[in-house]
Amino acid sequence: MLVIENLSAAIGDKEILRGVNLIVPDGEIHAIMGPNGAGKSTLSYVLSGREGYEVTGGTATYNGADILAMEPEQRAAAGIFLAFQYPVELPGVGNANFIRTALNAILRARGEPELDAVAFLKRARAAIKSLSMPDDMLKRNVNVGFSGGEKKRNEVLQMALLQPSLAILDETDSGLDIDALKIVAEGVNALRSATFSALVITHYQRLLDYIVPDRVHVLAAGRIVRSGGPELALELEAHGYAGLEAA
Amino acid sequence: MTALPTRKLEAWRYTDLKSLGAISFSEPVAVAAPADLPDLGIPRLVFLNGAYNPALSTPPVWLRPFAAVVEGSTLPLALINAEHAQDGLTLNVPAGTDAGALLLVSCASADAPIAFHPRHRITLGAGAKLTIIEIAMGQGVYWHNAVTDISLCENATFAHYRLQDESADSFHLATIRAQIAAGAAYECFTATLGAKISRAEFHATLLGPGASTHLNAAQLLGGQQHGDFTTVVAHGAPNCASRQTVKSVLTDHARGVFQGRIEVDRVAQKTDGYQMNQALLLSPHAEMDIKPELQIFADDVKCSHGATIGALDPEQLFYLRSRGIPEDSARALLIRAFLTEALEPVTYETARQLFETAIETWWTRQ
Repeated sequence: MLVIENLSAAIGDKEILRGVNLIVPDGEIHAIMGPNGAGKSTLSYVLSGREGYEVTGGTATYNGADILAMEPEQRAAAGIFLAFQYPVELPGVGNANFIRTALNAILRARGEPELDAVAFLKRARAAIKSLSMPDDMLKRNVNVGFSGGEKKRNEVLQMALLQPSLAILDETDSGLDIDALKIVAEGVNALRSATFSALVITHYQRLLDYIVPDRVHVLAAGRIVRSGGPELALELEAHGYAGLEAA
Repeated sequence: MTALPTRKLEAWRYTDLKSLGAISFSEPVAVAAPADLPDLGIPRLVFLNGAYNPALSTPPVWLRPFAAVVEGSTLPLALINAEHAQDGLTLNVPAGTDAGALLLVSCASADAPIAFHPRHRITLGAGAKLTIIEIAMGQGVYWHNAVTDISLCENATFAHYRLQDESADSFHLATIRAQIAAGAAYECFTATLGAKISRAEFHATLLGPGASTHLNAAQLLGGQQHGDFTTVVAHGAPNCASRQTVKSVLTDHARGVFQGRIEVDRVAQKTDGYQMNQALLLSPHAEMDIKPELQIFADDVKCSHGATIGALDPEQLFYLRSRGIPEDSARALLIRAFLTEALEPVTYETARQLFETAIETWWTRQ
């Protein structure tokens, strides 16, 4: 279970998060919506441990452990996965080698046996197939020369292979056509289980047609200003975010 | 003795040999082989303190006796080498022969400072093939001043893989000259890891149409190390290609130098020249000096060069770490990725393994 209490964070002198409260129980998918500049991406970066964000107050725990005290790699080993809004290109690093190195690092951190190249490739090919991705995705350098849609699919491929228990999707739907959107959604839905939870950050309601959330939260000016069921997303789609800050 | 070059010479502007000049070197003494003498499962030729050791070597039939040196150039280090050279490898591979792969080991052991000046001569007849893996290593204070003269006849192919892993107190100054005839290829990769001050100076001349060369390098330097990679590629005939991809990874107070000159003669039309120099500075005190020069006298040529100097990208590091890869491994992965393009001509698996291991070991001891 992810528990965020009164979380505040700043970039330099600029306060972005101003006391976020949020609980995501195991087995649930929560959506975070909100206007541009509300702090959605900041929340995802603070939870995954990116440098440059200063936590100025509050706590965030996952399964009781203080995640804010962990290095990014420790958070990954704890089961947290961030699907990047802008996936990073790694020239000279093969995709298969990258994902296997990551998977084995996580397994090692957990004291579990590592996967050899053959066993990994078998698993990776199966994942590629089930996500309707081209085979050469594993051979290419990480995200190098990938289209925007391919980069997002590659995030989903990594998620499918690393099998996190908590996925944070940071505007994974931005720049995706409808087919790619469905693939991303299928990737998330395939992981759904009683032990899997996800925080789906999105600006638009569209993605939530395919990943139906248990709860929808509206983040505005660094705070959760409204929470509700899936119908809240439809309401926002119809009326926009105007007036929410005052709510 | 011919004087050491000083920084007043343009070719030596970035590499100062004063600390070498301050040491008084003795003649090398005979030493026993170290226990860790490399063995790659291919025929081996061993030089201990610059002297050929037949007992440790498996000489190929193409080995010829060492002959007296006549130096035709005015290169100061080649002149010094000629004044002192007493031994060296002389290989003549006849036309049409595939000579396979050889390991050339130079191992030094010095309790007091010694200097040795091997003169290697490698000749490949028309269509001949040869691969040499060269490893330079040792312990103590010494000056290894090797000159290697390479002559490739038409359509010969020479793959030359150099691993410089000398002692931390040593001086490694290597001059490599290659005459490359029509259709011949000189493929060279140098990994510079060791020595206090080192320089690899290449002079490659493309003599006939279709001749080609790769002069690639990876310099991995830490501490107070100084590594200089200098190349002069002369395109003297049409339709020749040259490639130099040189990557430097510098930590602590290390300093790297790359000087690369491409000379295109007016007859050398359709020249394809490429030079890329990139440095990764892992410390604010590391320094890289890059001097590319293109001298082009033909009008229908393709010559490009590029140079970049940067640090590890924090976005890439975070991406790797967010996937569970610890910071140290993430750095190693990015450094290895950075070197990839330079390693491209290393197609011989035994050599590739050697360099992969050397790069990995270098990183873990930083």
